[in-house]
Amino acid sequence: MSDNRLSVFKTYKLYVGGKFPRSESGRVYEVTDSKGKWLANAPQSSRKDARDAVVAARKAFGGWSGATAYNRGQILYRIAEMLEGRKDQFVREVAEAEGLSKSKAAAVVDAAIDRWVWYAGWTDKIGQVVGGANPVAGPFFNLSTPEPTGVVTVLAPQKSSFLGLVSVVAPVIATGNTAVVVASADSPLPALSLGEVLATSDLPGGVVNILSGRTAEIAAPLASHQDVNAIDLTGADAALAKELETAAADNLKRVLRPQPVDGAADWTADPGTHRLTAFLETKTVWHPTGALGVSGSSY
Amino acid sequence: MASAFEYAPAPESRSVVDIAPSYGLFIDGEFSEAADGKVFKTVSPSSEEVLSEVAQAGAADVDRAVKAARKAFEKWSALPGSERAKYLFRIARIIQERSRELAVLETLDNGKPIRETRDADLPLVAAHFFYYAGWADKLDHAGFGANPRPLGVAGQVIPWNFPLLMLAWKIAPALATGNTVVLKPAETTPLSALFFADICRQAGLPKGVVNILTGYGDAGAALVAHEDVNKVAFTGSTAVGKAIARQVAGTDKKVTLELGGKGANIVFDDAPIDQAVEGIVTGIFFNQGQVCCAGSRLLVQESVQDELLDALKRRLSTLRLGDPLDKNTDIGAINSAEQLARITALAETGEAEGAERWTAPCELPSAGYWFAPTLFTGVTQAHTIARDEIFGPVLSVLSFRTPDEAVAKANNSQYGLSAGIWTEKGSRILAVANKLRAGVVWANTFNKFDPTSPFGGYKESGFGREGGRHGLEAYLDVR
Repeated sequence: MSDNRLSVFKTYKLYVGGKFPRSESGRVYEVTDSKGKWLANAPQSSRKDARDAVVAARKAFGGWSGATAYNRGQILYRIAEMLEGRKDQFVREVAEAEGLSKSKAAAVVDAAIDRWVWYAGWTDKIGQVVGGANPVAGPFFNLSTPEPTGVVTVLAPQKSSFLGLVSVVAPVIATGNTAVVVASADSPLPALSLGEVLATSDLPGGVVNILSGRTAEIAAPLASHQDVNAIDLTGADAALAKELETAAADNLKRVLRPQPVDGAADWTADPGTHRLTAFLETKTVWHPTGALGVSGSSY
Repeated sequence: MASAFEYAPAPESRSVVDIAPSYGLFIDGEFSEAADGKVFKTVSPSSEEVLSEVAQAGAADVDRAVKAARKAFEKWSALPGSERAKYLFRIARIIQERSRELAVLETLDNGKPIRETRDADLPLVAAHFFYYAGWADKLDHAGFGANPRPLGVAGQVIPWNFPLLMLAWKIAPALATGNTVVLKPAETTPLSALFFADICRQAGLPKGVVNILTGYGDAGAALVAHEDVNKVAFTGSTAVGKAIARQVAGTDKKVTLELGGKGANIVFDDAPIDQAVEGIVTGIFFNQGQVCCAGSRLLVQESVQDELLDALKRRLSTLRLGDPLDKNTDIGAINSAEQLARITALAETGEAEGAERWTAPCELPSAGYWFAPTLFTGVTQAHTIARDEIFGPVLSVLSFRTPDEAVAKANNSQYGLSAGIWTEKGSRILAVANKLRAGVVWANTFNKFDPTSPFGGYKESGFGREGGRHGLEAYLDVR
């Protein structure tokens, strides 16, 4: 290979419904590295792209939420496997996006891979940790079980373009929700590349949909969308978060407000379980236990 | 239907309860008048008799109550959990001791039958305090991390359908976790909360830990909006719930909302019909249907529709409507003239939109607010009475052919609070329960409640759970 070979650029595209469309608006915006050097033109998603992504996420919800927790765990683990194999690419993209040295970027990517593994293990355990039998004072079997909320809009953190992204997306889908993810506006490339990994990890199309563009423009129609059940506001600043939370009240979306740490670049802390439980509903089912007597069972 | 035997009246005595002619707001351990001196009357819905005159809280009173709760928070939250527990155990015991008095009071102020206040509301109220009392010194073990902290001052707004029970659902977990509270009962049912203030006094609860503000929606709104409130808990209509969700946007306030419902009660062709009929009656006529988790949509499999409706109408004809204090009474009074007007209007809409109305043959008393048990057949999913919460003794009957159709119809609602399933087939119960988007599913039973059992909705029925270990989270600073 000669030194003066011209490299092949990648056209970055959205990831919606398992496919890689351009923005229906035909718009792109320039993405640069931390020093202002041009990296790529990313799709600038429109309101219509957001709505299409919701349709895809809703369509995928039945199958994904109905899959066994074991199966979901296998697929999340598969994502980690696929990432491991493409680590070099993500190290380069994260280094460029966040202005990190190669070794620091490698540590971030390692942590992101490990985070998929962490959540892969949670899929078939969270139900036992947060659900269970309730000892009601009467002849009833009473069981509380967590269930996914539905379609969740996720505004990924603006600074931590990859570890932060994985940290907010993985817990949402681990429990059976489907997600419409709005990538970091200035650093969307690792997110868009993640779509390529998800597409080859046996994750059903539509479970994760990734949009790039201006956060406020994409988030507004998602916050007011009547078929979105929840919204994670991590990537919104205070003013936008307030506006979106207000819009989300219209159909009483579950809202995860931005936490003080969300804006930080460092997402290496122990994630705990709160991002898993934020998008779970609790269903409690009652049934009479009856009685075994001469008259047999009774209600 | 002619009765085999006439019932002799069996009224519970009113003498066990002594209602004062007037009550003040309970702030910082003392009863006091509203800052602007305003008062309002509370009437007995079964007779329209004025029971008492109570202070009407305004914004200034809300501010004073929140300040009192804030002041009390430091010491209350610093108490060892075992000490907070003992206060709650005391309260639970005093409620048990005074339960007959409170049952009669609740029936007078709310209009619901004494059979319900005596056998359901009051036992559950005491049980709720007893349950959460035990949590107060075990929070480290509740699954929310070590030493979970309280939020601070909780602003709580409750409805009129289960006045004292909703108070218990709000106050017991709040106090167990170390929060202090300002609670606003509904304007039509202020009395049991004021009696609860007296129970706090008897229990020796420190001043300011519980503050009770009687008043209207404006006081509730001021409480929710108060900048020194850390936690908002609301039970009531979905419209108000949405307004609250908008109001708290952009703040740090933690919110739980328990809102409306349009519960589907699904009866399959193999269901035990007699038990199902009892369950349907319990589902929609318990507390005159003024229950957010009421089974207000009956979904019946087509092949058994006629048989079921015949049996249901026969059963409804035997329900006894009348004096709520009579121990034989099944159906009491509607809580207010406003609610009666709303139920009446929605039932008229049902007729106007083409559903067929059937009303149980019973005589309505001349005074008070009454609505006879009513059911509509020929209801489609597009009908208003199949979509909107009526909050009254009105059942909308729809039919289905397959389990899939039943699930699709049950889930075709903005709400997702409760559902019922009636079938002898266990695997079908589990399969259907799994598909229903509802927070509480009763299989071969309905309208059962327990302090250990989490309660709350999916979708626009609200968020957060009350009851059980889950109910602690609403009052703890866990992120």
